[in-house]
Amino acid sequence: MTLLAVDWLLIIEKLVLIAIIVFASLGIALYTTFAERKVAAVLQDRPGPNRAGPFGLLQPFADGLKLIMKEEIIPTSSNKALFVLGPGLAMTAALMTCSVIPWSSHIEIFDRKIDLQIADINIGILYIFGVVSMGVYGMMIGGWASNNKFSLMAALRGASQAISYELAMGLSLIAVLMLSGSLSLKTIVDGQMAAGSYWNIVYQPLGFIIFFVCALAECNRTPFDLPEAENELNFGYHQEYSSMKLGFYLFSEYINMIMSSAVMASLYFGGFDVPFLDESTLAPNIAALIGVAALLIKIAIFIFVFMWIRWTVPRFRYDQLMNLGWKTMIPLALFNMLVTGALILLKAGV
Amino acid sequence: MSITQFLFYFLTVLALFSAVMVVVSKNPVHSVLWLIAVFFAISGHYILLNAQFLAIVNLIVYAGAIMVLFLFVIMLMNLNASTEPQKNNWLKLAGVIAGGCFLMVLVSLVKQANELNNIAVTMGTGEIGLIKNLGKALFNDFVVPFEISSVLFLSAMVGAVVIGKKA
Repeated sequence: MTLLAVDWLLIIEKLVLIAIIVFASLGIALYTTFAERKVAAVLQDRPGPNRAGPFGLLQPFADGLKLIMKEEIIPTSSNKALFVLGPGLAMTAALMTCSVIPWSSHIEIFDRKIDLQIADINIGILYIFGVVSMGVYGMMIGGWASNNKFSLMAALRGASQAISYELAMGLSLIAVLMLSGSLSLKTIVDGQMAAGSYWNIVYQPLGFIIFFVCALAECNRTPFDLPEAENELNFGYHQEYSSMKLGFYLFSEYINMIMSSAVMASLYFGGFDVPFLDESTLAPNIAALIGVAALLIKIAIFIFVFMWIRWTVPRFRYDQLMNLGWKTMIPLALFNMLVTGALILLKAGV
Repeated sequence: MSITQFLFYFLTVLALFSAVMVVVSKNPVHSVLWLIAVFFAISGHYILLNAQFLAIVNLIVYAGAIMVLFLFVIMLMNLNASTEPQKNNWLKLAGVIAGGCFLMVLVSLVKQANELNNIAVTMGTGEIGLIKNLGKALFNDFVVPFEISSVLFLSAMVGAVVIGKKA
């Protein structure tokens, strides 16, 4: 029997890793919704959710239970198969990003070295781009299948916004790639961790700002939450959705936030690197745990900034959004790319 | 059967089935979605050939960008099964014959080509598809064609902007 002659231990190891990361992402996303409400409350000077459990800590479970218990409505005039497919696609695309993010270095269990990264492929960044461009389909298919004008308008807006900002995002990334000389996220993080080198943010402040703005737009966060502009579009592309299907759409937004924070931390802020600490002097398992904690703290800071912006800045108008994307972000990213390239050549002495 | 063969047959069946579904679907939106499935299957084949860059670029450009534009057009024109014009049977027959002839030309081309004779496909081992080698080939051996094609894209972009400004 030579069918599937593979290293079963490796498969099991990866499956366990995938399960842990997916469930951890879902758990963190659950509490991100709670954090969102608490941050909003603090910024608006009110207590926020505080009824369910101590300090309202059980609130996300109450919300989840409520969503599951609601009646599942599929509009009669909708395209049923695609209507159900939409939220699933949105969720899958959101979760797929986590496979190339290096969560930490490696741990050693029973003499077996386990990398805390699901797949270290040599095109990691491009993989993330591929998944991001797939994320548009969840929104578009859901909006179209609802057979509702507002949903369709919102879906078209969301998709065109995502495509416009993907370009500037890609251009700002090229500068990082020129610095690190690799598309693998693991190599990029290792390059920032190496002794005597700084985090990429030191070399790429402008690139980071462009990337961050584009990440806001890709996650449909305020001030770029045009697909959910209530005053023009009622509720947005998920207007006809109810119950857990709506929950999937709302939830995938939070998972997108976590994943884009993780990507930003890895690209610009050293990933699982702890500043001023030489990890190689520690036992590998302890170093790995510290690395995971460092990455999670960086992610939490980014998520807080996302929320801070949401409750501070008002929404853009649609033409302002497009002008910003095409006439400001893309030229700036091109300029950043040229300057970075020129400086690298100068330093190399060509 | 090794895992590579298993994946090869799986992806092939997926690609052919989806391609047939693209043609037979009544609803244009369904056709576009099946076409996306075809692109995924073909990207899977590229990965089996160790051409990772090609695979992911195929997904980003075709499945990610071009198909979204297709969906835009179909959704904005509100095409659906009931508004699809019904061609008469003679036209359908002519289409089948023309498509069949084209298939025959392609198959005979592949069969006749000297480059493809006596060459077995090397699965998952080739190095040429990796981004490093591809970049070196593009920027050393094929610099001029590469730059000319990028100028071509630029001019197409400028042309689109000019037309858009006029309207």
